[in-house]
Amino acid sequence: MFGLFKKFKDGLSKTFTAIGDKTRGLFGGRKIDAASLDELEEALYTADFGVETTEEILAEIKTAYRKDPELKGRRAAEIGANVLTRVLTGSEAELRDGLPVPAALPAGETGPTVIIMIGVNGSGKTTTTAKLAWLLKQRGKSVLVAAADTFRAAAVEQLKSWATRLDIEIVASHTGADSAALAFDALQAAKSRGHDYLIIDTAGRLHTKSNLMEELAKIRRVLQKLQPSAPHHSWLVVDGSLGSNSIEQARVFHKNFGLTGLVVTKLDGTSRGGAVVGIWRELKLPIAYVGLGEQPDDLQPFEADNYARAVFGLE
Amino acid sequence: MFESLTDKLSSALRNLRGVGKLSEENMADALKEVRAALLSADVHFKVVREFIERVQTACIGQEVLKGVAPGQQIVKIIHDELVRLLGEGTTDLSPGRPLKVLMVGLHGSGKTTSTAKLARLLKKRGMHPFAVACDVYRPAAIDQLEILSKNEEIGFYCDRASKDVPAIGAAGLAAAKAANADVILFDTAGRLQIDHDLIEEVRLLRERVQPDEVLLVADGALGQEAVNVAKTFHDALRLTGLILTKLDGDARGGAALSIKSITGVPIKFVGTGEKTSEFDTFHPDRLASRILGMGDVVSLVEKAQEVIDQKEAEKMAEKMRKADFTLEDFLAQMQQIKKLGSMQSIMGMMPGMSGVELPDDAEKQMKRTEAIIQSMTIQERQKPDILNGSRRMRIANGAGVKVLEVNQLLKQFQQMQKMMKMFKGGGARKMMRQLKGMKGMGGGGFGGFPGM
Repeated sequence: MFGLFKKFKDGLSKTFTAIGDKTRGLFGGRKIDAASLDELEEALYTADFGVETTEEILAEIKTAYRKDPELKGRRAAEIGANVLTRVLTGSEAELRDGLPVPAALPAGETGPTVIIMIGVNGSGKTTTTAKLAWLLKQRGKSVLVAAADTFRAAAVEQLKSWATRLDIEIVASHTGADSAALAFDALQAAKSRGHDYLIIDTAGRLHTKSNLMEELAKIRRVLQKLQPSAPHHSWLVVDGSLGSNSIEQARVFHKNFGLTGLVVTKLDGTSRGGAVVGIWRELKLPIAYVGLGEQPDDLQPFEADNYARAVFGLE
Repeated sequence: MFESLTDKLSSALRNLRGVGKLSEENMADALKEVRAALLSADVHFKVVREFIERVQTACIGQEVLKGVAPGQQIVKIIHDELVRLLGEGTTDLSPGRPLKVLMVGLHGSGKTTSTAKLARLLKKRGMHPFAVACDVYRPAAIDQLEILSKNEEIGFYCDRASKDVPAIGAAGLAAAKAANADVILFDTAGRLQIDHDLIEEVRLLRERVQPDEVLLVADGALGQEAVNVAKTFHDALRLTGLILTKLDGDARGGAALSIKSITGVPIKFVGTGEKTSEFDTFHPDRLASRILGMGDVVSLVEKAQEVIDQKEAEKMAEKMRKADFTLEDFLAQMQQIKKLGSMQSIMGMMPGMSGVELPDDAEKQMKRTEAIIQSMTIQERQKPDILNGSRRMRIANGAGVKVLEVNQLLKQFQQMQKMMKMFKGGGARKMMRQLKGMKGMGGGGFGGFPGM
């Protein structure tokens, strides 16, 4: 468990050195002043937090500053982290022992917990599918992955090559095959082979394409023919380096498909993924995992408090 | 989601009427709105600050034009300034032959797809492209490029056994030359700008193959991060251009302005879809409108031209003029509109409409109208007058709607026909009056068209 936590911290601290560099002077023992408040505003905006969250954090720090003109940077950082933690209260997905808690299966229903990964092109669905399968496997669960991205050239091969590398069972067809049919076959296989989890990787689709949204709905319909409660988790994979459009993406996917959570990827760069805070504010979709790199272990449960403290360069 | 900037500015500038000149004081509110608009379009914080200063300088001292709302006047100044900034530099590629192009960028930005798209575009221009797979990390990245190259019928080189990227590049270059290619595209792995080893790797590749163009492929929805990305890539690789991808979504594309401001390299191409044909030369005016939330009329018109059959449209117009527009024509017209995409996405492209939420049932309404017409016989569609009670009942059953809805549609259609007749009779003024009376009619209230 400690290893996991460290990994999260390491990943994020690599992430946040940039903001740390920017705010080290700001959040040290130095007193806050008008100029450093400006810097702080810039740091928050450049983390993609958006107007609402940025202003909320600034307002509280400014209030504290008015009360105490001797306010030190470090104290200001703590105030900021507290505001952010407060905003994110409840945003952590329910995971037990690092695993997604299955939605309660209706009485009498058996079968695998079905997780479906959806998102726009290039957000990291396939890599996340592989990493999550690996994480579950590490916990002794049996996992089946389904390569339902039958659109992008070589997407099937990409997941196959992960499956071989991580020794995970896969159901795959060829590019151009019907993705809903594939999902159906995969669920059937998962049921008959008694897998604990089925993770379905889907093709990237922009939320503005209604026909592709319809395709997702079809996948859901066919899954439900076999198992009425599936999919148990519908996660939107969000690229952490994107800006405010992530919120629009989440809004549309949620409206059309009914999401149950988020995975934020590519947070091993200097991106702070602040747009996700905007998604949480508006849609209250919990954040299940964050992606911190290209290696199989680089998928970590999200922890709001750690995240908030890392943003403000606090240990 | 957002009101159009013009609306916001108009209200911020209400007090400006009657003022002679724009000044720092009377523009303060308006500039705040501009700032908020740019920030919500993901333009980098610092870039916004600089841009606002520029706009301020450009505005101050200008006479407030009579007859034009000051909001529009300022939007025009801002729009022009944006177009100027975004459009600096040329979209042309280097004349060097063979033209060597290095594609770089973050993970998932669309490098491989853009490589294929650029190859296709250049092939259409009569060149002979050749693709070299230099992404040795992402599983199946090589397969992806190979498949795409095959589809586009262009030359391809890879070395699945090697991880030595500069060497692969050099071998690919030799293979391309041997194949008499005059464009050589190097597709590289996605990399974070802070990953020193990988940045060093692509820098070595650059030294080895000496590309004429180094194109940064960036997701149009990129956030504030765009600045860090562009700066590091530019410092390490001396970029020569930018490809902005996934612009078929509804991202405002502010990242492009950030990247442009930081690096000064021209934006050369935009990716507008998943098909390899969906790739275009960059147009600064369209992106400027988009960043400002003013919609993208030009793209809408282009899209319309693409999907709507010109002859069909002319025939339709002729029919309307002669007022022998039937329900069947109406159905055909509706189906053409549907080809443009969802109503919501069409609205998004219209100026001032990007924030307008359509009633949830607008799309459904349209479907229902379609079903009603489709439940009619050809004869009924052409002569709705013959529709008596029992026919109407049959149609309602066939379409799964209430008779009332069939009646509504027919009534609306009658009104439309009446209007066309008036138009034919030259009673344009009468028609305007009629139109006013019809406001709010029909499902979504699109002109006088029922159920749209």
